Amino acid sequence: MCSLCGILGCDDHWTSAVARPGVYTRNTDRLSRRREAADRMKFANAVLSPRRISVSEWQGTSYVLSNPTGRTQIFDSLAHLWPEAETMAGREFDPLDPIYLEQLKALS
Amino acid sequence: MKDATPINLLTGFLGSGKTTLLQRLLTDPAMASAAVLINEFGEVGLDHHLLDRIDDNVVLMKSGCICCTVRGEIADALLGLHSQRARGEIPWFDRVVIETTGLADPFPALSTIQSHPVLRSHFSIANVVTTVDAVNGQNQLADRLEAVRQVGAADVVVITKTDLADEARTADLRAALTRLNPTARQVIAAEAASDDFIASSTALRAEGWEGHAAHDHDHHHHHHHDTADAKIRSFAITVDGPVDWTAFGVWLTMLLNRHGDRIFRVKGILNVAGEDRPVAVHGVQRLVHAPVHMSGWPDASRQSRIVFIVDDLDPARIEASFHVFNRLSEKVLSHRASGCLEGATPR
Repeated sequence: MCSLCGILGCDDHWTSAVARPGVYTRNTDRLSRRREAADRMKFANAVLSPRRISVSEWQGTSYVLSNPTGRTQIFDSLAHLWPEAETMAGREFDPLDPIYLEQLKALS
Repeated sequence: MKDATPINLLTGFLGSGKTTLLQRLLTDPAMASAAVLINEFGEVGLDHHLLDRIDDNVVLMKSGCICCTVRGEIADALLGLHSQRARGEIPWFDRVVIETTGLADPFPALSTIQSHPVLRSHFSIANVVTTVDAVNGQNQLADRLEAVRQVGAADVVVITKTDLADEARTADLRAALTRLNPTARQVIAAEAASDDFIASSTALRAEGWEGHAAHDHDHHHHHHHDTADAKIRSFAITVDGPVDWTAFGVWLTMLLNRHGDRIFRVKGILNVAGEDRPVAVHGVQRLVHAPVHMSGWPDASRQSRIVFIVDDLDPARIEASFHVFNRLSEKVLSHRASGCLEGATPR
């Protein structure tokens, strides 16, 4: 369910589209799905780190955001990662913000 | 999986000739088994055996994500059509044409079809066709943001009423349309054929990619400096090396979450690391369609190219941001580059 508006069955995202003919997705077999999910979490954690938030997959069906004070937030779809992360951080995740980009550059 | 029924979204400003175009196209045998949903009965009568009206009643307002932007009436109308077809109560249809109201931003209709839990399994968006009036089009684009959004979302722009406008005016309009949306194909209404509807945007024909970058910094057509479209521009980012798919997904999702209202269109062909064939990505505002694995590269360069249509966003910042994320992936996901993928333990 969408944790923002309560609509059911809102759990898919274009980055892990259902495998259909012609569609590019890594959501195919179990191994590639798990591998991509692990990589995605790893990368998302890197870009969340300047705001001291982390995300992990939960039971392969949901995601859990948490911050250093122990607050957690569960959500179902990757589409909600950034609205939820912004709510938890209390500020925007803006990929066009020069200061944020500098923080990301410092990671690499 | 059974193929989803394609939907063509027909949009265009008030009086721009949507219904006239539809009326003519429906006489084509290729469109004979299309179901048609219209928002309002206008002055132009439509005679079609599968014509239904969408009542403009329920609109759930968006609160941040695409599934929150669902147009209840479009969902209900499509669900109704689907179940009636399944029960054999109406003639079989293999395509749906939705004519939106002239003042509508096409995004809510697109997001409804893509994110509704039932609809998304049975219907898919084939393309967005936008009509623009050769006589009034320039003024509408200058004054009304809805008109600009409609053109931004278009896969095909049909220019109507060219018989009423002189050639110079039509040429000016075409230049303005190219500047707003270089990815859309332009068709003169008199020459429009049902092929323009039937062609699927997800096929992303290779020829459509030629010359996009040429419009990158084209400022020749800024006639309206104080108007709605003055800050709207299209540009292309080109990337020489491979693009990391995971990083791209996180980046674009973050970008659209924060700036989706000001990004009318994203259309990209990507050289994804580890893939021989290009991947096409295609989005309207916050909505991104399922990525398409193309059959081959349109040219030998194998350059990734992402076209954006934005309202008052700095192209240089978007490009710089893309590169920061792509480079970060080399560090964070370095196990891919080192070739030890097989040894990686998924969590």
